[in-house]
Amino acid sequence: MGQPGRPVKPVTAPAARIVHEPICEQRCTGGPLTPAAPCRSRWRRSPAPPRAQVAPDSPPACCESVSRARRTRQARSLTGQDRAAAAALGVGRVTAGSAHSPSPGDAMARRGVGGVLGWLLSRAVLLACGTLALSFSPSARTALPQLGALHEAALEGWLLVAPGGTWHPAAFIEHKGHLLVEGLLLAVITALLLQGSTRPRQGEEEPLTEKEVDELCEEWEPEPLYPSLPPEQAAWKEPVITSQMGKQVVANGKAALNFASLNFLGIAGLEDVRDACRDTIHKYGVGSCGPRGFYGTIDVHLQLEERLARFMGTEEAILYSYDLATLPSILPAFASKKDLIICDEGVNYAIQNGAHLSRAKVLFFKHNDLADLERLLAAQDAADRRSRKPLNRRFIVVEGIYANTGDLAPLRELKALKERYRYRLVVDESISVGVLGTHGRGAAEEAGYAPDEVEIVGGSMSNALASIGGFCAGDREIVDHQRLSGLGYCFSASLPPFLATAGVCALDHLEKEGPQLMAALRRNAAAFRRLAAAIPGLEVVGGAAAEMSPLVHLALSPAPPREEYEAGDALLQRVVDECLSRDGVLFARARYSKLERARPPPSIRVALTAQHTEADLQKVVAALKSACKRVLA
Amino acid sequence: MAGTGTLTPPLFVALATYASWMVLFLFGHLRDFYRKKIYGGRSAKKEKEGYAPIRQDYEDFYTRRMYYRIHDTFNRPICSAPDAWIDVMERTPVDGQKPLNLTGNTLRCLNLGSYNYLGFAAQDKYCTPRVEGVLDSLGWAGCSARADAGTTPRHEELERLIAEFLGKEAAVTCGMGFATNSAFIPLLAGRGTLVVSDALNHSSIVAGVRGSGAKVKVFDHNEPAHLEAVLRAAIAEGQPRTGRPWKKIVIIVEGIYSMEGEMARLKEIVAIKKKYKCYLYLDEAHSIGALGDGGRGVCEQLGVDTRDIDVMMGTFTKSFGSCGGYIAGDAGLIAYLRNHCPAHLYATAMSPPAVEMVISALHVIQGRDGTGRGKAKIKQLRDNSNYFRRRLLELGYDVLGDWDSPVMPVMLFNPAKLPAVSRYALSRGLAIVVVGFPATPLLTARMRVCISASHSKPDLDYALEVFEELSDRCHLKYSEEPNKQALRSSKASHLLTA
Repeated sequence: MGQPGRPVKPVTAPAARIVHEPICEQRCTGGPLTPAAPCRSRWRRSPAPPRAQVAPDSPPACCESVSRARRTRQARSLTGQDRAAAAALGVGRVTAGSAHSPSPGDAMARRGVGGVLGWLLSRAVLLACGTLALSFSPSARTALPQLGALHEAALEGWLLVAPGGTWHPAAFIEHKGHLLVEGLLLAVITALLLQGSTRPRQGEEEPLTEKEVDELCEEWEPEPLYPSLPPEQAAWKEPVITSQMGKQVVANGKAALNFASLNFLGIAGLEDVRDACRDTIHKYGVGSCGPRGFYGTIDVHLQLEERLARFMGTEEAILYSYDLATLPSILPAFASKKDLIICDEGVNYAIQNGAHLSRAKVLFFKHNDLADLERLLAAQDAADRRSRKPLNRRFIVVEGIYANTGDLAPLRELKALKERYRYRLVVDESISVGVLGTHGRGAAEEAGYAPDEVEIVGGSMSNALASIGGFCAGDREIVDHQRLSGLGYCFSASLPPFLATAGVCALDHLEKEGPQLMAALRRNAAAFRRLAAAIPGLEVVGGAAAEMSPLVHLALSPAPPREEYEAGDALLQRVVDECLSRDGVLFARARYSKLERARPPPSIRVALTAQHTEADLQKVVAALKSACKRVLA
Repeated sequence: MAGTGTLTPPLFVALATYASWMVLFLFGHLRDFYRKKIYGGRSAKKEKEGYAPIRQDYEDFYTRRMYYRIHDTFNRPICSAPDAWIDVMERTPVDGQKPLNLTGNTLRCLNLGSYNYLGFAAQDKYCTPRVEGVLDSLGWAGCSARADAGTTPRHEELERLIAEFLGKEAAVTCGMGFATNSAFIPLLAGRGTLVVSDALNHSSIVAGVRGSGAKVKVFDHNEPAHLEAVLRAAIAEGQPRTGRPWKKIVIIVEGIYSMEGEMARLKEIVAIKKKYKCYLYLDEAHSIGALGDGGRGVCEQLGVDTRDIDVMMGTFTKSFGSCGGYIAGDAGLIAYLRNHCPAHLYATAMSPPAVEMVISALHVIQGRDGTGRGKAKIKQLRDNSNYFRRRLLELGYDVLGDWDSPVMPVMLFNPAKLPAVSRYALSRGLAIVVVGFPATPLLTARMRVCISASHSKPDLDYALEVFEELSDRCHLKYSEEPNKQALRSSKASHLLTA
């Protein structure tokens, strides 16, 4: 928690015993800053004890809202006032108590240089007039000869100026002097006209002096760079997999049945994909050493993009080198300040980040609640009718299978809404590619969409396709625009070639054995969801509609309130650890970053694959039941 | 300002540059006018009724009327490893906005465009067998995030090695360099924090800072004096509107700026950071491996203690020939990042073979593979860079960047010279990178040369031969006289040691 107010250090100058009050007290009392008397403050009822030092870091709440600029100016004026007060006190102390007339030295000192000069000048003028008047009396002239010379000079001066004299105004005017006068007047008038306003400007703040800035910089104390972690987060370590990626893995040295990896179709262990990767490493090396624009485009990238476009049935596809950077690059490429993005509340962090980076207006509707979505759409429609603003770009963003909840977006019903209100649909098929749809194109195909009916399809190759990288499929205009304005595409190194080859092989494999793999996956998903309903203390997130989703979140059944989420996480982490250590079953407890907008309730995430058998499912449900009884009871 | 060259063009060249941009601009609008009025916008795809166009015309003008005239100089596909010599796949010449098709044959070109500083791009007798070993034992991808089931012993080994290489307590890796900045910075700077960023920072840093919700103040490129002025004003002024003191201030600079070839003036920046109690985030994407006697980056090169830098970031795509990035710092910071970073919790773990490539590259650099190849590569890279830079200066080119820096932007200034230089060089078997507006300011179009340790002296001489012809054809001798004096003065100090 940052310090509420500016830490104010007591001024330790011996002379001024006034402790440097927190600035706000002056502001609160609002009383005139009487330099001599210590200011009466209304919050001190009892007789003033020896000036209690106000603890610098707990100033009264009222100074919270004092703007820093005003405080520094007041600080500056206070310090100035301090100095005067110190001087006055200093003086006061020497002759304390007696009424005294200030000695000449004091008076002179008090006037300062300007005052002294004025005093001398006035005395000199008086003296001169005195002597001139004296020189008119004949007796004085005889007494002092110089007075005579002075007298004649004065007479001659008078002759010059008197009527008829050369300097008299009348002569002046005859010699066209009036031009000079008029010119002078003209100059004065223009000067006055051009003069800025003479009223003193309100709130004109003098810039801080270097010394004050130094003082402020030296007093400023930063927070630590990172907050300290609670003990159980600090102690947590990731499970270490020391074996091939597949159904059976060795986690933390223990053989375990793998339900943590999103290897839905079991492509992650295939030999022919591994051989293709080995050949690519032999030919191209590991990295691509450059962004796509600067010789980082390798022919395997072009093959993969063409293959993805053919698989998704769209005109073109663009390849991103990481799934986390795909959506945060797509949304800012198409939405800017004037546009509107409406997302489901349960979207993953990448979409939240992309919507935030796009600077568009972002609205969220309740998770899978189309009535709430329609309310937002209708409200926006009404707003459009009222204001005549030009049509802006509008998007509805949903996920095929939601990473944070495991259920499906209601795409079938969404189609009517999208067409009626004319919104472009962005579907993130990261988890549903290779899982849903007759050809494995994802949830849009499952809901009966033609490939070009979804304007922008974002996807990932790191789940079912068991490679790394993201892609976006759409028509040529959408994809080509991203080649220049997709940040994650043009400013990042391209995907390593061997991972592109792995993607191509995975797509070939999917097209050959896709149907039966996806059927087996769907059976396992439905079977597990049915069995998992009986686990005490845990409930399956997403009702019957999420039947087909192989990603299952098992949330705590009496859903804990928001503030007990951490405790719920710790409980579920113990369940997961116990399942691994005792029963050799590897799950993942759903972890969320603090950057998430709204963190879902604690849950265990189970990823089913096509390789799992009925026996595996029984084993895993039994393990969960026993672990939950022990931990959650 | 920019090391051995200057960014400001001579007056005549500046006027010529403005004139050519003006011509491009006018012709572009003329074509748009004809397309709309005469052809009735037939070529524009029919927008679905009731939808706003996905790309506004004015937003798209640059792409349509300027980029597509020279888009054959970018995205040139290659069909070989990005090593010293590459096979660039030939494409059909530019024809309006139609996509370029592959003609099938390839051109063998000297590669001056890729970041392959230490030459780990292709086969390596130490690295490749180990990479294949890991491919067999751990597979090519983990299908899961680091926090779930993506961590393998090789990930932990890499993080230990990179932390020890940089002299920091701990490190965490991420599967993509761009995501390292855009996912980790929001955790270090939140609301109430001020980020003071160099004017020419990479767009991944901009994405990270914009995603973090922190306030940003930019200081002039590589000007510690202006940085100090910005800091003093910021601390004195406090947060906008509330006036509260800043929670913390993070300064972000880069080791080598990729478009300038310049090293950050780290000594002064560290002094300022200590004086004003700010935190320093150093992005060493280009400098790790390429600078320093032991390849430890810009800190070793400039003699700055890595303990003074709070967050050290870098990428594995350039000097290590792999992919991904790392963040090194003290143990508490890394534990905090592990628990909260989206790259660690949601994104797929870095591919094990790529991890092994970086581990073995580090072994070679540190000489742990029992040979002196690492030292030889680093020395070769520095000699190549300085030799090439000196010869370019002698030819009269305006070359930016410091000595010892392998990145050499050569100023072209005029946009018309971009395609001219690039196409002629490609025809002579030289693959170079040209960069113009909007990636660089309007007046400062340039050609960027990246030197690699795998370039041999004959390669460099061949390139210099082509550059000799280039400077005559395209009048690139912008700073002949200043270079002569600079070379004479630096002859004694620098070149004796080379």
